[in-house]
Amino acid sequence: MRQIIIIGSGPAGYTAAVYAARANLQPLLIASSVEAGGELMNTTDVENYPGFPEGIQGPDLMTKMQEQAERFGTEVVYDDVAEVDLTGPIKSVTLGSGEKLEALAVIVATGSAYRKLGLDDEERLSGHGVSWCATCDGFFFKGKTIAVVGGGDSAMEEATFLTRFASKVYVIHRKDTLRASKIMQDRAFANDKIDFIWNSEVVGILGADAVEGVRLRDTVAGTESILELGGLFVAIGNDPRTHLVHGQLDLTPEGTISVGGRSSKTSQSGVFAAGDVVDPTYRQAVTAAASGCVAALDAEHYLSILPQDLLAKASETELATVTN
Amino acid sequence: MTARSVTEANFDQEVINNEKTVLVDFWAEWCGPCRAVSPILDQIAHEHADKLDIVKLNVDDHPGLAAKYQITSIPAMKVFQKGEVVKTVIGAKPKPALEADLAAYLA
Repeated sequence: MRQIIIIGSGPAGYTAAVYAARANLQPLLIASSVEAGGELMNTTDVENYPGFPEGIQGPDLMTKMQEQAERFGTEVVYDDVAEVDLTGPIKSVTLGSGEKLEALAVIVATGSAYRKLGLDDEERLSGHGVSWCATCDGFFFKGKTIAVVGGGDSAMEEATFLTRFASKVYVIHRKDTLRASKIMQDRAFANDKIDFIWNSEVVGILGADAVEGVRLRDTVAGTESILELGGLFVAIGNDPRTHLVHGQLDLTPEGTISVGGRSSKTSQSGVFAAGDVVDPTYRQAVTAAASGCVAALDAEHYLSILPQDLLAKASETELATVTN
Repeated sequence: MTARSVTEANFDQEVINNEKTVLVDFWAEWCGPCRAVSPILDQIAHEHADKLDIVKLNVDDHPGLAAKYQITSIPAMKVFQKGEVVKTVIGAKPKPALEADLAAYLA
């Protein structure tokens, strides 16, 4: 048995691991098989993470966080969590491989998942012109006219990035003002290849085998129109990833894991949550990292007041694992 | 075992005229999800070597083939039988999910 297992490998997970490892808790971090590093792995320039005045590439930042966590003894496992049992003093975490792990404390830092438009043809045309990842797929839209749906920072970043490839990028937004930060807005406004389509929502995606256009509805006038496109990038936000803990941890009305005040304490003792999965509002790399720190400190305190016999169990098994 | 790379030059020989079922992994260096799924494909290639050939095609080096097979999202994994695409899987997935998608070609 472990003292602590951390689920998630974004800024929250790795920061929790740095703190837990430096507290000598020998954390095991479950990074996921194909999404290790989290959302920043699909981001290019990160310009607002303190300490990097020239900016840093998302994947480079995550590699550095991982190295920092490993330097102090974090063990990283590249697998997915299939199931958890967070009730009782000993928590269990079952991996995709079937292996069942136990720990006295668990930090849930599972982040969030791209929100879908919820349209009939979205799934069918996903990978055939509908994409959620500009850095992955932009390359294939050289010289094409494409659109980004959304009005936040990630929509602006994607639109700006996509002008490297596309001849024209429309930003489709359902309001007449953007949620994005001023600097990202200004960059998009200044880009000759970007045009904004305000007060419009995508109500249909057209195309037999590949995206040929979208049906737009004017959110003010209610009129519909067709826009011909070679590709559609969706950047309308994220939803917290809580399916693992449904029925075991209390959630907020926004769907995030409910935590007490400024702490990371969930409705289950010994279970802490951090990062986008608890945050319906800010969702920045730096706020996720900060909440990962909070979770590790809360977990450290929780473990320090547990009965000695439980703690002894955890360290015995760790020694046994080491000698194997 | 690492899946071998194919090129424009040997695509016909390695894929189209291959008597075995072949999975072509369309990928690129700059694609994070491609790098994540690559070791999983290597494992599947190793475990099912008798049923399925798995090869990699770099879309940066061979844009012609990427265009021919209408790739707009990577990783894109296309299963070929007798030169025809019989199955397409798009996006990095955990091993059990990928195995489920490819079940018909692994058994």
